[in-house]
Amino acid sequence: MYFQFTEDQRGFQDSVRKFLANECTPVHIRASWTTETGRSPELWSKLAEMGLFSLLVPEEHGGLGSSEVDLVLLLEETGRAALPEPVVETAAIGVPLIAGLQRKALAEAWLPKVAGGEAILTVGHEVNPFVTDAHVADLLLLQRGNEIHAVPRDQVTLEHQPCNDPSRRLYRVEWTPSAATRVARGEEGRSLLAAALDRGALACAAQQLGIAQQMVDMAGRYACEREQFGKPIGSFQAIKHMLANVVVRIEFARTMVYRAAFSVAENAVTRAVDVSQAKLAACEAAVSGAKTALQVHGAIGYTWEQDLQIWMKRAWALDIAWGTGAWHRARLAATVLDGDVLPETFSVRREASPA
Amino acid sequence: MDLTYTPEEEGFRLEARTWLEAHVPKTPLTSFDTAEGFQQHREWERTLNSGRWSAVNWPVEYGGRGANLIQWLIFEEEYFRAGAPGRVNQNGIFLLGPTLMEFGTPEQKARYLPRMASSEEVWAQGWSEPNAGSDMAAIRATARRDGDHYVLNGQKTWASRGAFADWLFGIFRSDPNSEKHRGLTFILVPLNLPGITVRAIAQLDGETGFAEVFFDDVRVPVENRLGAENQGWNVAMATAGFERGLMLRSPARYQATARKLIALYKIYAKTADPCLRDAVARGWMNAEAYSLNTYWTVSRLLQGGSIGAEASLNKIFWSEMDVQMHETALALLGPRAELLPHAPAAENAGHWLDGFLFAMAGPIYAGTNEIQRNIISERLLKLPRS
Repeated sequence: MYFQFTEDQRGFQDSVRKFLANECTPVHIRASWTTETGRSPELWSKLAEMGLFSLLVPEEHGGLGSSEVDLVLLLEETGRAALPEPVVETAAIGVPLIAGLQRKALAEAWLPKVAGGEAILTVGHEVNPFVTDAHVADLLLLQRGNEIHAVPRDQVTLEHQPCNDPSRRLYRVEWTPSAATRVARGEEGRSLLAAALDRGALACAAQQLGIAQQMVDMAGRYACEREQFGKPIGSFQAIKHMLANVVVRIEFARTMVYRAAFSVAENAVTRAVDVSQAKLAACEAAVSGAKTALQVHGAIGYTWEQDLQIWMKRAWALDIAWGTGAWHRARLAATVLDGDVLPETFSVRREASPA
Repeated sequence: MDLTYTPEEEGFRLEARTWLEAHVPKTPLTSFDTAEGFQQHREWERTLNSGRWSAVNWPVEYGGRGANLIQWLIFEEEYFRAGAPGRVNQNGIFLLGPTLMEFGTPEQKARYLPRMASSEEVWAQGWSEPNAGSDMAAIRATARRDGDHYVLNGQKTWASRGAFADWLFGIFRSDPNSEKHRGLTFILVPLNLPGITVRAIAQLDGETGFAEVFFDDVRVPVENRLGAENQGWNVAMATAGFERGLMLRSPARYQATARKLIALYKIYAKTADPCLRDAVARGWMNAEAYSLNTYWTVSRLLQGGSIGAEASLNKIFWSEMDVQMHETALALLGPRAELLPHAPAAENAGHWLDGFLFAMAGPIYAGTNEIQRNIISERLLKLPRS
């Protein structure tokens, strides 16, 4: 039993954090709001060079063959930077979905390109009515019942759905399923789609940790600078206690997210319930972080010019992506209250209990 | 990261489980906040110690088994799984013990730790005073140096286990010209010394869980001082860190409560308010979160890290979680929730009521949750002091 990351994993996290602090600033993000695609091919190439997209690609397809435990800290950083690019769909969901297919043709054709930053993936799953970044995706992995279809972008029709978060690009996707597009069905499809959902929820949860931390840090700095009644507002307990409550939520969500990363990487029997807990806890941290940071900032936080909106709107968006709170609460309650597989003491335990 | 147990850890678990199954009393003991129950619990601690299970992570020479903190967590999981009695000497074993390991002289460790491990000496805490609660640095009880003795005067209050304990640890103002957290000394006091008056205080449940302790020219040898003279605040803060943080409230306790809550829900599921379903699941989730957080902290400590302001995060989390689970249980019990354990129709309601009353103290003791929020915002977020 050892529940910490390695120095290498922390080092990778640090390098991604520093990279994004320079390459994905609020200035860059605001600039992307007014471009046609809202996405940056240059940034995507640099992220590929860092190894972000090859992390989960098996070595036989030119990747690093790493696991979600390696990826989770990097996703947290993409949240801290409010990176608009479809990293979750490509690196966290699309890659392992393709790698998990029984027929290897798709993996051979696409994974080396994805690892090199030459192809973008997105995923259409029934929990999400709209598909993110379908407009820049080279290949769309789309659910139809228990079937998964791999459809190139030139074979789909997209209807753009403008959203609250100006960085988000959501689309209704129309397409015609055929035997040629189908890559999995039956039990294989069901199992891969369930895994895709858990990977999506885990990735959102990891991003929410970074988003929540960023908003608390911003609000903390503002509370030290902003003076009223002749002193920094951060010296008032009403402000202190609000922010402390968010810190508690973040820190207790953090370990749930890291545990869920391990459970997904190991395909643990408790994977689904571990992921639901992580998604719930991280989204509650981020949504309460947004509410608190806005309140601490006061009217200035309510303006378009204040950068707080970048993280606040992302927190609200990811709260409903890859399973809403209600969806994950229902799955959690069904497992805990109706199931008979509840671990006896501690669900990280994988081995059978001693007799 | 590897969140599975090693064969050695599973072996340790099995050893603990086997011993506990053979030794845990079959009928529940009386509350340790009664004279009779206190003695019963002292007996149980002796039995635990005879198997070297009372302080598993202590060195062997002091009555432990040199277990690491992961093994300690495993032992706690098995302890609560077995439904074993509450720990009457937790002030000693879980709070003062680790502080003695850090600050004690070799002579003090040899003198106090083995008798603590066996509960031959049960400890009470002496922090608060009538005018020093959340503002603990406002302590007024004095320790005047007189040759090789300290002469104690003043009053401590809310001394947990004070009504029946043998010893008390606390901080006293040793420099009369000092203010706030300076000039305090950490002293270990036998409660049978001349000049000490203990007055038990009944708690919300009517039992005497804490006491007022009056000191009237009480002479204590200088060797009863823990740490340096006038440096007691640092020693006390280390103890408070253990209390809020790791040792006082092991995660297994709340996981046990969560499992009982789920069992209770299953009895009332058909008639319960539908919103209680999520509340029960939430209790289980919170207990998982607390357990994970503890394994995370312990893994860091095993690498040589230390526990700091994170202890305040823990304290807020476990105390609020405990209240939430007990409120949910009482809501499930409905009109029966007000019955005392010995009411003829109480069934299991009374135990949840007891637990609820105890949980309601959580946000107050070991530093109120408001004090913890100050600590979090000032130390972790670097907000200015009030």
